Amino acid sequence: MAVLVLLSYEKGDKIRPISRSAITAAGLLGTEVHALLVGEGLDILSQKAAQLHGVSKLLVADHAAYAHMQAEPVADLVASLAGAYDSIVAPANAEGKDILPRLAGLLDVQPISDVVEIIDSETFVRPIYAGSILSTVKSKDAKKLLSVRGTTFEATAETGGNAAVEKVENLPISDKQLSVFKELKLSQSDRPELEGARVVVSGGRGMQSSENFVLLEKIADQLDAAIGASRAAVDAGFVSNDYQVGQTGKIVAPELYIAVAISGAIQHLAGMKDSKIIVAINKDPEAPIFKVSDYGIVGDLFEILPQLEAALKAR
Amino acid sequence: MSNITREQMEFDVLIIGGGPAGLSAAIRLKQLAPSVEICLIEKASEIGAHIVSGAVLELTALNELIPDWKQKGAPLDTPVNNERVFYLSSEEKSTTIPIIKSLMPAMNNHGNVIVSLGDFCRWLAAQAEELGIEIFPGFSGNELIIEDDKVVGIITGDMGLEKDGAQGANHEPGMELRAKYTMFAEGCRGSLSKKLMDKFNLRQGVDPQTYGLGIKELWEIPAHKHKPGYIQHSFGWPLDNSTYGGSWLYHFGDNLVSFGFVIGLDYKNPWLSPFEEMQRSKNHPVVKYHLEGGRRISYSARALSEGGLQSIPKLSFPGGVLIGDAAGFLNMPKIKGTHTAMKSGMLAAEAIAEALTTQEVEPISYQFRLRKSWLWKELYQARNIRPAFAKFGARIGTLYTGFDSMVRGKVPWTFHHRLADNEKLEAASACKKIEYAKPDDQLTFSRESSVFLANIDHRDDQPIHLKLKNPAIWKTVNWEVFHSPESRYCPAGVYEAVDTEEGKEPKLQINSQNCIHCKTCDIKDPTQNIDWETPEGGSGPNYPGGM
Amino acid sequence: MKLLVPVKRVVDSNIKPLVKSDNSGVEIGGVKMSMNPFDETAVEEAVRLKEQKIVSEVVVISIGEAKCQDTLRTAMAMGADRAILVTTEEPLESLGVAKILQHFVTKEQPDVVLMGKQASDDDMNATGQILAAKLGWAQGTFVSKLTLSAGKAEIIREIDDGQEVLELTLPAVITTDLRLNEPRYASLPNIMKARKKPIETVALADLGLDTAVRLVSQSVQESSSVREGVIVGSVEELMDKLQNEAKVI
Repeated sequence: MAVLVLLSYEKGDKIRPISRSAITAAGLLGTEVHALLVGEGLDILSQKAAQLHGVSKLLVADHAAYAHMQAEPVADLVASLAGAYDSIVAPANAEGKDILPRLAGLLDVQPISDVVEIIDSETFVRPIYAGSILSTVKSKDAKKLLSVRGTTFEATAETGGNAAVEKVENLPISDKQLSVFKELKLSQSDRPELEGARVVVSGGRGMQSSENFVLLEKIADQLDAAIGASRAAVDAGFVSNDYQVGQTGKIVAPELYIAVAISGAIQHLAGMKDSKIIVAINKDPEAPIFKVSDYGIVGDLFEILPQLEAALKAR
Repeated sequence: MSNITREQMEFDVLIIGGGPAGLSAAIRLKQLAPSVEICLIEKASEIGAHIVSGAVLELTALNELIPDWKQKGAPLDTPVNNERVFYLSSEEKSTTIPIIKSLMPAMNNHGNVIVSLGDFCRWLAAQAEELGIEIFPGFSGNELIIEDDKVVGIITGDMGLEKDGAQGANHEPGMELRAKYTMFAEGCRGSLSKKLMDKFNLRQGVDPQTYGLGIKELWEIPAHKHKPGYIQHSFGWPLDNSTYGGSWLYHFGDNLVSFGFVIGLDYKNPWLSPFEEMQRSKNHPVVKYHLEGGRRISYSARALSEGGLQSIPKLSFPGGVLIGDAAGFLNMPKIKGTHTAMKSGMLAAEAIAEALTTQEVEPISYQFRLRKSWLWKELYQARNIRPAFAKFGARIGTLYTGFDSMVRGKVPWTFHHRLADNEKLEAASACKKIEYAKPDDQLTFSRESSVFLANIDHRDDQPIHLKLKNPAIWKTVNWEVFHSPESRYCPAGVYEAVDTEEGKEPKLQINSQNCIHCKTCDIKDPTQNIDWETPEGGSGPNYPGGM
Repeated sequence: MKLLVPVKRVVDSNIKPLVKSDNSGVEIGGVKMSMNPFDETAVEEAVRLKEQKIVSEVVVISIGEAKCQDTLRTAMAMGADRAILVTTEEPLESLGVAKILQHFVTKEQPDVVLMGKQASDDDMNATGQILAAKLGWAQGTFVSKLTLSAGKAEIIREIDDGQEVLELTLPAVITTDLRLNEPRYASLPNIMKARKKPIETVALADLGLDTAVRLVSQSVQESSSVREGVIVGSVEELMDKLQNEAKVI
């Protein structure tokens, strides 16, 4: 059983960790995992990709038409390679979710998005209803097309592999360019967007004032984290609505979520419970947030946060 | 407000509120006068979404309104087939009270049906729409339009206002809905009904209204325990002898159990928390047995009028009428208000059908029709029961009930309600503090997790709809005398006293987005300083089917 | 220019979905249903483009049980011109829906299919892309800004590191991010008018399409939020756990 993984990378020739999670997921589906690197000017990236642990073959499609990973040409490309694979896995990020379903349309397959668990080669678990429910589905398609979440599949090691590199020939480039790339606007803010951040540091009403959110910002600076807040903190006027994490706010699933002085109202939990690791800092040992956390510290945030900042700096 | 130009729409009759009273009124009116144009508005996002009731339905009014309800698919599938009443003497002990038909005719539920009142209202709404009645959920009646001392319609609430009242990008101004007659069916303590009572002195010469707060949970229980048609009521523990209230538990539908608790809002101890009384009442073996191993599906709360006949205001005024629990037609010994609400709506509809032909300004025949109806007779018989409890306490009150009911209310006296519920609270320092146990998350729950199950939709950045008339009073009265009773009586955790630590200035925080529209704050605030106004249309709980 | 806007009737997003006691699915009987909020954004955008006279007609389409006409009427109360209802009681998935939409695209010949990027119930995020592939059209997904002009659409897409600006050749399928706009409130007179508009109703069975599901639901369960909750005694201990046990920093 051969599985093809569509790699996703960012500027600066860095393969995204979620691609490495996709390789891990692919390893659960088949014995032979191939990776596909698409883009323009891929020399450095292909060297890196060939070392990814668990990949036996790396396909490289290097062409100007793929420079911006637009779904139309990339889906055409993957469709041209699909015949050799039982499953195709993409990361469940904006890129994967743009391309994979288009590919599914070309192949007449029902795609399976946001897979968080692979039960067997045709049975998958994926969240529905904004993550409040997990649905187990079985695919009757001969070829499985899935996008996988990074949080539940551990990223494979960046090195240790030695894939055979193969350049894809006969690229199916259409003369008709359906979409023209104009511009990439990288997030201006020094902080990542809440919904895409790898780390989120959130404060609740126990922060006591908007000034005290500076304490969170200092932690966030150390972790390149986004800042969030509970509804209680928003209602108390400490921060604006855009910061609100929860059922009526933003739903986040970072690798690390640090909840400071947040009691753990259900509305809040609905917005962050899919985070990979949750840390709670609260002075009330009975606070419900501890029940949904991986690690907790009971104590005064005004003592703990400066200590944490110092420890992060000293890393 | 007045300088906004608003769109206008005209109808023959406007109905405010899509509960049993409003819907029955609409249907009856259309039956009598098919050409009459009727518009019904409802503040909930859909019909039934704000409906809270036990509910055991007595079929009298429905049989008159839609005799072929069975053929029309009314969701009335669970007739009562077994009922019990318990007096709970302690947390562990109970006594079964035999239901002797002659002694307790009100408690005899033979022939009644256990329903989801929300589903029943959805069905009534479908019947109404088939008759051509325009029903608009998601629109609140926000202001009265009074011209020449006559109600000529209402203004619906603005949509898309920001927290400070400024018009947001999507602002949609409320519109004038005008009609020859407006029927107010807002339910207990309606915000426009309250204004009408003031404007037209409708409460002159009647007793103050007295209220209860009903808190209800919907459970799904293991099939082997489920006995559709079984109902039980309890009184006694955990309430003390001077506090009126008790629980209900009904088995119906698909493994569903409706469990709820009503507490008279004339309670005196400001430390009392109706929510927590309800939660702990589930620990009694007679209740626990049913719920254990089940799961809680939904949560709701609503105030109800308990005053009965003595507290019913004048019901008509130029341009309109009050119907249903907005007027206070609940039959307290029966603990039923649906059939009475429906009947009052039907009688008012008959009066308006007549008024439309005679063109009289005030549909006064509503009051005469009422006096001649079974509804009046029923409420007359019941009139002394609730005040007897207030007068004598639960135990003697029960004995009195037995006596009064045996003679079907044919006693030469009528007990009165002397004080309004908000006047009954005693100073916190003079009352015993009540310690409530922490929830176990199996049988008993926190307010927070409960409110979550009410499926509230409340756009966060709209203006706060719960207003303190005089904000300074909170500190000097609510905090210093009563120790913030609103943070306990509110079943949704809307009110929170914050910064209560030593050396800080205590403040009232209003979490208006938690509001489930029960209206208790408007009733029980010691100085009636809290005004409950309608939030943006469609706000509030979304009670699911089965509730 | 003509727009086709598919709208899905889903459990209202304020409702906490309830898993059936036998785990066979999500309880939707008696639950408040609404228009998928992502589709609502698409309808709003379409109506705004019509108000700006860039678009001449907005056609909405919904697929499912007869009750979907409520959703279509909501869209018409917001300003859509006309509505098509494809009735079926059968379960559907993105692929089947895309095939049905393809049928109506061929019939209606819109310049743009504007639709929610995903439905708030199954969160699949696939129908628009599949449809674009089947039509051989350009696709613009997760769009937070849309500018239509003759034969072209300039879009801003929300992507992982920020935003991407693309120019699409029309016809195209465009899927909306919630950031695109804030949908309006339908006014009472408009709701009333929408109730009187006809809805073109077609039975799915009469279209002769193969829409049998390929992805079969086995079971559903509530996603648990309970975790171990190790209480650590100090910041040092926490740092150690995060670095060496959880490996997240």
